[in-house]
Amino acid sequence: MGEFKVHRVRFFDYMPSGIRALAFNRDTERLAVARDQGSLEIFNFSDNYCQEKIFPGRDGRSIEALCWVGTRLFSVGLDGLITEYDLENLRPKYAVEAYGGPVWSISCNLQGNLLAVGCEDGTVKIFEVLDDGIQFQRNLDRQKGRIISVSWHPSGTKIAAGMMDMVRVFDAETGRAALRLLVERGVGAAKNKEVVVWSLAFLSDNTIVSGDSAGKVQIWDGLMGTLVRSHFITKWDVLALSVASDESSLIAGTSEGLVVQFQFLQSSGEQQDRQWVRTRTFKNHSHDVHALVLTDTAVVSGGMDTQLVVRPLLDKVEKNTSESELRKIIFPLKSLVSCAKKAGLLLFQFPGHLEVWRLGESEGYGKDGDRLSVKRKPEKLIHLKRKGEDHISCSALSPCGTWLAYSTVSCVRLYRLQQSGNNISITKVPKLPKVLCSAHQLCFSHDSTKLFASATQSSVIVTALCQSECKYVHTLQPKSGSQQPVHLLAPSEDGKWLATANTDNEVHVYNLKKLKLHCTVPVYDSSPTAIAIHPMSSNLVIGHADKQVFEYSLGQKEYTDWSRKLQKQGLHPHWFERDTPISHISFNPQKPSHILLNDAYMLCIIDQSLPLPDHKTRLCNQNTLRGLPESERVQHSHAFKICKRFQDVLSVSFQEDESLVIVERPLLDILSQLPAPVRQKKFAT
Amino acid sequence: MVEHGEIRVVHRGGSKLNFRQPIFTHDSRFLLCASGDGVKVFSASTEECVHHLLAHTGLVTGLSLRPSNQLQVFSCSLDGTVRLWDYTDGILIKTFSIGCPIYAVYSSGSHDGVLFLTVPAKDDKKSDTFRLVAVQLPQSPEQFVEAREFSAVLEDVSSNPAAVSFGRGGHFIASVNNLQLEVFFFKKQKSYRFYLPEDNKHGQKNTFTCTTCHPKEDCIATGHEDGKIRLWRNFNHKKEYTYSTHHWHHTAVGALSFTPEGTNFLSGGGESVLVQWRYNQETQKDFLPRLGAAISHISVSPDGCLFCTSHSDNKIIVIHSYIKISAVIQGLVQGDRIKTDLIVDPLSKALVMNGKPGHLQFYSLQRDKLLYNLDIVQQEYIHESGLNQFDVVKADFDTGGKWLATVEERKQNSAELELNLKLWAFDEQTQSFVLNTTVSAPHEDRVTDLSFSPDQTTLLVSTGNDGLFKAWTLTAPTAEDESASWSCDFVGSYHGLAPQCCSFSADGSLLAVAFREVVTVWSTVTWDLLTTLSQPPGDIRNLCFGRQSCSKYLLGTTDKNQLCCWNLLTCSLEWSTSMDVSLLLSDPLSENMAAFCSEAGCTDLFVFRPSEPRPLFSHKAVCPGRVLRAVFTPREEPLEGSEEQLQWINRSQLHFFSPNMELLTFSTKAEEDRLTASSKQLVIDDHVAMTPFYLLLGKRPQTDAREVAAVTDRVQPPQGSSAIRELLQTPAHVLPSTSQLCSMFVQSLLVSTADKREPTNVTEEEMESEKEEEDSEEEETSRVTAIKNQDQTRDPKDPGLTKAQTRELRQLRKLDYSWVGALVEF
Repeated sequence: MGEFKVHRVRFFDYMPSGIRALAFNRDTERLAVARDQGSLEIFNFSDNYCQEKIFPGRDGRSIEALCWVGTRLFSVGLDGLITEYDLENLRPKYAVEAYGGPVWSISCNLQGNLLAVGCEDGTVKIFEVLDDGIQFQRNLDRQKGRIISVSWHPSGTKIAAGMMDMVRVFDAETGRAALRLLVERGVGAAKNKEVVVWSLAFLSDNTIVSGDSAGKVQIWDGLMGTLVRSHFITKWDVLALSVASDESSLIAGTSEGLVVQFQFLQSSGEQQDRQWVRTRTFKNHSHDVHALVLTDTAVVSGGMDTQLVVRPLLDKVEKNTSESELRKIIFPLKSLVSCAKKAGLLLFQFPGHLEVWRLGESEGYGKDGDRLSVKRKPEKLIHLKRKGEDHISCSALSPCGTWLAYSTVSCVRLYRLQQSGNNISITKVPKLPKVLCSAHQLCFSHDSTKLFASATQSSVIVTALCQSECKYVHTLQPKSGSQQPVHLLAPSEDGKWLATANTDNEVHVYNLKKLKLHCTVPVYDSSPTAIAIHPMSSNLVIGHADKQVFEYSLGQKEYTDWSRKLQKQGLHPHWFERDTPISHISFNPQKPSHILLNDAYMLCIIDQSLPLPDHKTRLCNQNTLRGLPESERVQHSHAFKICKRFQDVLSVSFQEDESLVIVERPLLDILSQLPAPVRQKKFAT
Repeated sequence: MVEHGEIRVVHRGGSKLNFRQPIFTHDSRFLLCASGDGVKVFSASTEECVHHLLAHTGLVTGLSLRPSNQLQVFSCSLDGTVRLWDYTDGILIKTFSIGCPIYAVYSSGSHDGVLFLTVPAKDDKKSDTFRLVAVQLPQSPEQFVEAREFSAVLEDVSSNPAAVSFGRGGHFIASVNNLQLEVFFFKKQKSYRFYLPEDNKHGQKNTFTCTTCHPKEDCIATGHEDGKIRLWRNFNHKKEYTYSTHHWHHTAVGALSFTPEGTNFLSGGGESVLVQWRYNQETQKDFLPRLGAAISHISVSPDGCLFCTSHSDNKIIVIHSYIKISAVIQGLVQGDRIKTDLIVDPLSKALVMNGKPGHLQFYSLQRDKLLYNLDIVQQEYIHESGLNQFDVVKADFDTGGKWLATVEERKQNSAELELNLKLWAFDEQTQSFVLNTTVSAPHEDRVTDLSFSPDQTTLLVSTGNDGLFKAWTLTAPTAEDESASWSCDFVGSYHGLAPQCCSFSADGSLLAVAFREVVTVWSTVTWDLLTTLSQPPGDIRNLCFGRQSCSKYLLGTTDKNQLCCWNLLTCSLEWSTSMDVSLLLSDPLSENMAAFCSEAGCTDLFVFRPSEPRPLFSHKAVCPGRVLRAVFTPREEPLEGSEEQLQWINRSQLHFFSPNMELLTFSTKAEEDRLTASSKQLVIDDHVAMTPFYLLLGKRPQTDAREVAAVTDRVQPPQGSSAIRELLQTPAHVLPSTSQLCSMFVQSLLVSTADKREPTNVTEEEMESEKEEEDSEEEETSRVTAIKNQDQTRDPKDPGLTKAQTRELRQLRKLDYSWVGALVEF
């Protein structure tokens, strides 16, 4: 496999923020995830739960609830605004003031033409969804106390609203309150505290399900307004509910981190005799479960502990396949680390600031697995706070370490770093070209003379850097006319090529000398998660979300023989069992036949000179190979060399001296920074 | 050696009550319980044993009420038969011979005439796999029926009866075995299997322990090794089945049961806590803690008013549905192991041994009832595994039963051993033992033997591993306000060897103490060493003086498989034989001695007289393993003399514990016949439980009716009671006109002159009337004529009344009739 000197970096204090709300679009299979800092993420569930888009957050913005209307995404927050998002440009499109104080919840009717929002002032406001915006229609009867949760009946004629101590059912046409369902308070000391109906679900058979702060999930008859059954599931709060599309199952999330499933089951032989029965309990979170989605095959939950957990329902999926595995999505696909390989600097991106660190140095050599003594400790050189309220969406550090650029949704900033001895100075480059107002992705060329920035409509803006200036060169535009943003940029080392990948799964290669499109790689139906151009052969290597790997020759404009062979033989079945996508591809300059891939839990070197593994051999055979004598080792070795020594990897990159920089963020460190979970009595403690 | 076919090893007295789940009768008044070779019928309210159904010749392994007639019960046994009983009268109705050992029996209302039995999967008896078969019971009038036509229902079931359960209305059957739940639907003839992984990531065991089905809904509850309870639903789908998990127990779930309406379910396990869960609201639970021992079975009465739990300490607790204990039926307490010897209390003739931790139990074998527990240690027992606590290790009575000596010890670690010798005096007033003297650390090391002198002098000898034996005597009080107490009188030793056992001669004049391989004989008067006897090699294991005419003999067994008999007159070895005697004991009422010898993994019994080396009786393979505890208990009334070989059990009975803690005894055929006959003779008024209290009070009016009538006007003619009851219980709209009834009513109140029937006649008559009722089912006899059968001596249709009768009727009218109501209440 080859030996490397590895900088094992663990000083990146990356802290993802807690998940606040989830919304799932069953038609497009897109999941929208809102986090505490107001950032939004969109996952494509039809494409291996791949993270497709990230909307950076903004100071003061909080998202309480999300709602899909067709393919449009709306959010409401405690800032009192209803926001629609521009899914192409990854920024809010517009925000409408609801004029009801903080907005707690939003719900769209099944027809998709009306939005109901629950406000602090006790009103449920109905907004009409127009093609180019939303328009206030009317208020339902105003109640005392805030409206925490809102749910439409599927027919669109009734709305249930969860409040303090009660649930109200409104007639959607007249706006009159029809029913008042009183929710019992907790026992003991909680008797004096108002009970909050955190979540509601209105089912088509007129059943209302409520989850409240007294720990109850209650099933109500929505016609008569009577309580059918009360399930006491936790001592703490029931924060979220989600119902399956066929209404045969529902899940409830609690403050203890439990997700409890209820199923609508026949209790005896007759079809009519069905009731909601508590069945399974999932414990995948250590903290509050704030948001839940029950898809057809899985329970998706998110909460304070920042992880998005996809727990497949084993009765709905094939057992022992990649589909039936539990997934925990913790790290963003977008790289938060950039490495200046010539200068030995690392740039860490936080939502509010950037940090530049100098790598430590070590001396001597050791055996495999040895720890080298550190001669110079890593050092934090720069702590750069962003300007404005918008959070940083992307950043880049040039390979020579002299240029630093970051972008928010409103501006792009470029800085020049100057190192003299131990002193480092940073100066802002003034007067950036006007066209460079916002970027989804930033990237420097290998010789640090060009800055590439992905802009609207899949275009890439090329600017030239010299001394202390930045000049606009060209805008590269694909012919496909795609509206989707470019999320991956990969320049070649010789400066001749630039490969881009956008969310429409298109991969374009531009000739930077001629500044025009060179070729387009045939579109594959899974999103590219990492692309790179080989420094010598100029082959483009693409890793996809479904873990496929392709190699495309830029010279011949076709897939290489090796890639064809790989497709013909197929990848090893175990290769598909990993649950995180390939996040980075790089090449070992010493060994041109090696491709270095990594995801969050492994490092893999594909040796193109070796035969591909057959389906019966073990994929992960490095340890067994080590035990074999030299002669047999050749016989058993195959192209995939996998190392799992590094876990929770955020970034892998080569230094110029052929050492590897591996940035890890152990999950325990993240957990230890979270607030303490609710106290639970554990048996025998 | 002669084998005696007539003497059989039986379970009698002190047998396990907790072996199988007890079942309530349909009216919830009786509790049927498999106990050894028989079935006991307990009254649920008075705890009294009403019947003992005896006929099986093997361990009874299951009970099931007959669904078509709730007054009958099926019992199955390892002897390969299923028997049908009338439990109210204790009559064996039918015997079905199945032909292979049966481990459990189930019946279901929707499968009439079919019994489900758990039998070994293969015909050989040693098989470990079992299957559930359905047996069609042949319709035959005969008493003994062969039923050998099986149809297999489920393969590979567990032999534990709790592992199989019938679901809602008998539509399906659920069976658990190891990690598999199998549900078989009778209508579809299709079975579904669900598997659990062996253990989850926390290392907890998922193995199924028990199952039960919801009576009204499609829901199966299963208990697991790690204490979880799973409720399975939707199990008629291969894939979309679902279960919810509830975890309260921290040890394996021992028993699970739904209430008849399915609103609650009960669970219990090693925590000795009964947990009542609300079905569908499982977070709300009720607990009944401190039940004393691990719960092994739970059953619920058909009306849901009573629960009943069986416990590992051989106890059945009847509990009201509002979670309150109403009755405790305690059998012979069998702890982990018995540390004391089995002894017989000379006063109460009760068997005395370790009972509850730190207690001695007094168990009457004749009445098969626990008399009381005597708290020896007098310290709170802490229920925690791995904790070393005081326990009684030795106990002995003096011949008169006035004194009880006990030794308790606690071994904390190898260095520290805490020992107490306690002497208890019998208090006539309280009829129990009162602590007289406590000697802490009577020996430096473990006490090996404790023995009272058999003569009237109060002399106690204890031997210890510290190389000493000590004689303790009762000394007169030194001051007036003190009472007599015990103190050490003599300390003896022999070459620093550790004494292992001691024995007094029958007259108490000699004491034999065994030091390793040397037997020393001491005079108890002068405490001189009279002689030493030795038969190397091998240390002495047991030492026993002969009784009565053989009192000159001293017998000893060595751990080198020798049984030696010394003649103390000649101080020489009389005879010796080579056998591995695990236990040697003498009958206090005769010269007989019993030796339990282990050979080839089994224990053989030899009964012999020391004077003649030919054994009186021998029984090969009484039980597997070594017998270490046995005792001769005196009979209340001696058996009639029979053959010479059987005479040894005429006056006393030999009880012994098998290694798996079953109390066994020897019984002759004649004795068994007598017992079964007596149980059949009992007459039962089917409204009053047959308790001793009833026999005492209920019989008297029958015999003394006349005297009572003479004393008071308010006569209670019991003969008429059935007629009155019939009259009052029949709904008014089906009764004949009052004028017709009046005469009969009055007649029934009169004292009959021609009534001197023996109880046996009543039985016959009742049985006759039963038969008649059966016959006349199609004949459409009116209710009134049916009543007439009860009083055939009189003609109720005769309307003519004499003057005296009318007068009496007038008198009766003035009388208070509240007692009629009291009668009805029965």
